[in-house]
Amino acid sequence: MSTTAFLTDSTLCIGCKACEVACKEWNQLGEDGFEWSGNSYDNTMAVGHSTWRHVKFVENTPEIGRGGNSAEQLPAWGFSSDVCKHCEVAGCLESCPTGAIVRMEFGAVYIQPDICNGCAYCVVSCPFGVVEKNEDDGRAFKCTFCSDRQRAGLQPACAKACPTESIKFGQLEDLRREADERLKVLESRGVTDAVVYDPVETSVKGIHSLFLLRGDPRTYNLPPNPEVPTTYLKKAWQSAAVAAGAMLGATLLAFLGGKR
Amino acid sequence: MSRVPLPELPGRVPDSQSERRLTALRREAAQSGVVSGKGVLPQGAPFPQASPTTGYYGVPLLKEPQWHPEVPLYFFVGGAAGASAVIADMASWLGDDRELVRSARWIAAGGGALSSALLIKDLGVPSRFLNMLRVFKPLSPMSMGAWTLSAFSSVSAAAAFGNLMQEKLGPSIAIKIVENAAGLLATATGLVMASYTGVLIGATVIPVWNENVGTLPQHFAASGLNSAVSILELFGHDDSRALNLLGISASCYEVAEGALLESKRHRVNEPLRKGWSGAIVRAGGVLSGPVPLALRLAYAVSGNKKLRCAAAWSSVAGSLLTRFGWVHAGRASARDHRIPLELPENAPEVKKTSHQIGLQKPA
Repeated sequence: MSTTAFLTDSTLCIGCKACEVACKEWNQLGEDGFEWSGNSYDNTMAVGHSTWRHVKFVENTPEIGRGGNSAEQLPAWGFSSDVCKHCEVAGCLESCPTGAIVRMEFGAVYIQPDICNGCAYCVVSCPFGVVEKNEDDGRAFKCTFCSDRQRAGLQPACAKACPTESIKFGQLEDLRREADERLKVLESRGVTDAVVYDPVETSVKGIHSLFLLRGDPRTYNLPPNPEVPTTYLKKAWQSAAVAAGAMLGATLLAFLGGKR
Repeated sequence: MSRVPLPELPGRVPDSQSERRLTALRREAAQSGVVSGKGVLPQGAPFPQASPTTGYYGVPLLKEPQWHPEVPLYFFVGGAAGASAVIADMASWLGDDRELVRSARWIAAGGGALSSALLIKDLGVPSRFLNMLRVFKPLSPMSMGAWTLSAFSSVSAAAAFGNLMQEKLGPSIAIKIVENAAGLLATATGLVMASYTGVLIGATVIPVWNENVGTLPQHFAASGLNSAVSILELFGHDDSRALNLLGISASCYEVAEGALLESKRHRVNEPLRKGWSGAIVRAGGVLSGPVPLALRLAYAVSGNKKLRCAAAWSSVAGSLLTRFGWVHAGRASARDHRIPLELPENAPEVKKTSHQIGLQKPA
């Protein structure tokens, strides 16, 4: 079975936000308010129920005498288009009580809007802070991986619209290989701080939206150790079992002792 | 995203301080070719930064819990109802106070019905609750909770109805069997009702919740028991020795839990100590732990029922505050971007967005 993925290469991103616009157009998403954040040129801040692609703007501190237009100097800008990670082990999917969140045949994590009942439990189960409930509508929304387009044999709208092929779409294994090759190319050009963000070592077991970034992924709010909340289930139910036993025992003893 | 009005731009008038300074700088640059000294600091500088030590401008990485106040209220009502069902059964098997059994059965049934109403209200569209019952999913504590609540509200209502029928129609073996069977099922599901809410919030990505996942179910169960006992006492059962003993044991656990939470001084637990959430959690802890414990012990010695009544009110308030406090702490915890990013303890706080900067008075 084919497993599709994104590779978002931030070394190619020019911050044009065409992916955001294409996503909103295709998925008919509403505006997210017109606020001035002052955080560089990013006034959207994060992915949410009405923002499924979101370009992050990082201004690396220019040093006096550096920067400028010389090609040999480090560029001060960093852009990265964020999106739902479509985790291999997805917290939202596991915690969904209605079965509204499902795994599509090509690996996407998809919220069926006709089944979601708005309990908002997925919101607190996503280690990447992607899923959000739309308070007006009452249901949760996130990137669908353009499941409708993929089923029709098309690539997702964001990847289609990206003018620099910063957003690549393809088979997961191909893109993993491509990312490694890209790292080598960048290294040969003197870019030694590039990394691929793909947390396979954590309980998330890997993601379907790989990111190639320069520097520490934490700059882009990518967590070093995302954990699926189901890892806490055993400890939680054990505590609940102890609680139930203690409660039963205490009540039993109290009524036995209260007889006298 | 909430909408906020755009800030007004600070007035740019030719003789303002910053414009005068700019003119001076331009003149200096034109004359000497070099500008020495500092330029004009933009208002509110230094600006927020995106870096490995600040994260992405300090924007929260996790989303805040989006539950309405109905949910923490449900934690309280469901916990009290579940514990009440357990008390009803024990009182029915071991006690001789029929009135106590009747009250406990009705509080369990009423609480079960109210719990369902609160959860349905939180979803907004009532029919959506039915989607909870299309799958049975042990992996999801929310699914387990929905099924438990459905079962509990049915069987606790059946037990209360059985109790009512016995009263109206006189003793009957058949009805007694129905009441007792329903009561047993209500006890089984009630034990889950009182404790699973701790699992529900503990098994999430919210740091302050999953950090305390090992004691949250016990904490919530003790809180539920405490409130069930107190509600029964406020309904007039203030001469039952068993209830006072139960209240003492629940308060004892709450004292221990409070001490445990206070002893964990690390950053993840900060929302339990600082800010509004800290104030609510601590107030809840004091009102459900040491205060009722002292009052109940004093009652046991003196026999003054006013003390016991005060303990009951304190426990109910404490139990309610505890649930609201924990949900509130979860929100505060989600806002702290430093924990999921594993930033060092001394990572700088990101103070303000320039939206706030724009609102500052020009210097």
